[in-house]
Amino acid sequence: MSTDYGGHGSDEATRVFGIRVDRFERLHETVTSDYKAAFGLTVVVAFVLAAIFAPELAPYDPMAQEYAIMQSPSLSSAHPLGTDSFGRDLLSRMMHGARISLAVGLAAVAIAAVVGVGLGLAAGYYGGWIDDALMRFVDVLWAFPWLLVAIMLVAIFGQGVWNVIAAIAFAYIDDFARIARSEVLSIREEEFVLAAKNIGLGDREIMLEEVLPNAVAPLIVQFTVLVARAMLAESTLSFLGIGVKPTTPTWGALLGQGRSLIGQAWWISIIPGIAIVVTVLGINLFGDALRDAFDVRGEGGTP
Amino acid sequence: MGLQRYVLKRTLQAVLVVYVVATAVFVAVRSVPGDPARLVLGGNARPEELAAVRDELGLDEPIYVQYFDWIADLTRGDFGQSIFTGEAVLSRIAGAAEPTLSIGLVGICIAFLIAIPGGIVSATRKGKWEDYAATSVAFLGVSMPSFWIGIVLLLTASTFVPFLPSYGYASISDGVVTWLSHVILPGLAVGLPYAGILTRMTRSSMLEVLSEDYMQTARAKGLPPRNVLLKHGLQNALLPVVTVAGILFALLLGGIVAVEVVFGIQGFGRLLIRSIERQDFPIVQGSVIVISIIFVFMNLIVDVLYTSINPKIRYGSEA
Repeated sequence: MSTDYGGHGSDEATRVFGIRVDRFERLHETVTSDYKAAFGLTVVVAFVLAAIFAPELAPYDPMAQEYAIMQSPSLSSAHPLGTDSFGRDLLSRMMHGARISLAVGLAAVAIAAVVGVGLGLAAGYYGGWIDDALMRFVDVLWAFPWLLVAIMLVAIFGQGVWNVIAAIAFAYIDDFARIARSEVLSIREEEFVLAAKNIGLGDREIMLEEVLPNAVAPLIVQFTVLVARAMLAESTLSFLGIGVKPTTPTWGALLGQGRSLIGQAWWISIIPGIAIVVTVLGINLFGDALRDAFDVRGEGGTP
Repeated sequence: MGLQRYVLKRTLQAVLVVYVVATAVFVAVRSVPGDPARLVLGGNARPEELAAVRDELGLDEPIYVQYFDWIADLTRGDFGQSIFTGEAVLSRIAGAAEPTLSIGLVGICIAFLIAIPGGIVSATRKGKWEDYAATSVAFLGVSMPSFWIGIVLLLTASTFVPFLPSYGYASISDGVVTWLSHVILPGLAVGLPYAGILTRMTRSSMLEVLSEDYMQTARAKGLPPRNVLLKHGLQNALLPVVTVAGILFALLLGGIVAVEVVFGIQGFGRLLIRSIERQDFPIVQGSVIVISIIFVFMNLIVDVLYTSINPKIRYGSEA
């Protein structure tokens, strides 16, 4: 990507995906010295591996029902995390649930990132009335609570994974748009951008190849934090019964099913909850380590 | 731009946002494949019922007439009727509001009670174990879904605080103690995650203020450190934190809805969820509009307050 009219920034440091290499060195240092960051990274890696290899790792078929123990969900050596009221193994259901939770989180935030970054880049780059119009549009998106988007989608189209993804994506567009816009504004007048303009590069090429790489660090941090929030949002929607279809074993749905059995089988509600908390905490801590290493300002962290 | 013009401009913008939301709801209902009357009435409606609803929604009129009627009804405060009880949507929502507002209020109070001391200790003892403990707990707070905290509280309350009722709601007109005993656990469930956010905000705001020149000046003048911290420091640090409370209430909504379900409280959240299950579409669409109105004007008030309290902020500027 590097071209002969002078790199992606005012400094000459080597970059990978637009991020200076020493930032990765700093991240490595943080993760090895700060045990909060190390915990975060460990959880993220374990979660992703469990999600990817769920079919291989899960001890049982998540849909298989054991009729013998259906009436009395219990903890046993055969089912260390217990079974639900249909005699299905909770550990296996959770591992498969991790897949869906991760996929929903990643898909929702990725869609929000593409749309939001596009809007923010255009608004910041063109300025003027385009900026005004686009950012007012982003304000409208922001003023629309995500729960309502989800409720509308479910009320009209019924339950489904894509409706959940759409509702969550909708909620996070504004975060990405604002970050992208402010990054563009801060480098729009830099020499390398002006140089690119002078040699006749098109607006789209300048935005994607010159401006965007400089905004990568804050966007990655935001992406990480929002995946954690998206997983919380998904679990809330599924718990309320307006998320994925009840048969889909996401962590929130598992929790929701356990609620009616809370008196006799507390673990159905508690264990998936612990899984959610540990994973979200891990992603948040890892995001914080990224924030420090990439030198991104601000606390972020609104829910 | 003067304050008056700023308020006017922001009010117009807020009205515009609500208008766009109302239009989006209108378009969404009419873009459903099939008959909107069937959407309103559900799958097993009788033909004469369908005809009546079609007539009421004006579905035989041209689309632009329907649209203007819809907007005109909304501006008159006519949000339609529940198709199950026939009750006006607005009075149905108002009737369910008290438990929801109570939980939100108690939750916000709990969040502030935890976050402000937590944030101050964290900032003044930066890098010490107190800071480490406070930030870790805050991180844990933002990582927990409210409804799960609710379930854990429900399970443990019967053992540790058996005198607290774990189910249902009692109106504040039944006495403050009874009311509080019913909303304290749900309030904790929604309050703890927000305490996490607020602690982090208080900490960073406090750290920023501590490094300001006037803090140095106040210390140099020989004022006792405690006074400097609490009077000069806290006052300035809390301004951005307190103004978030308005926005927080709107963000709390998702948590409150789920917590109402956990504790079996018949509030706005339960109304919404049951309306979706029963496909009571007038209530769903009315709720969407009412919430967006609350949300938008809450933000407007926060913005105006913030701008008028803090003269450093330019009217109509970013942020």
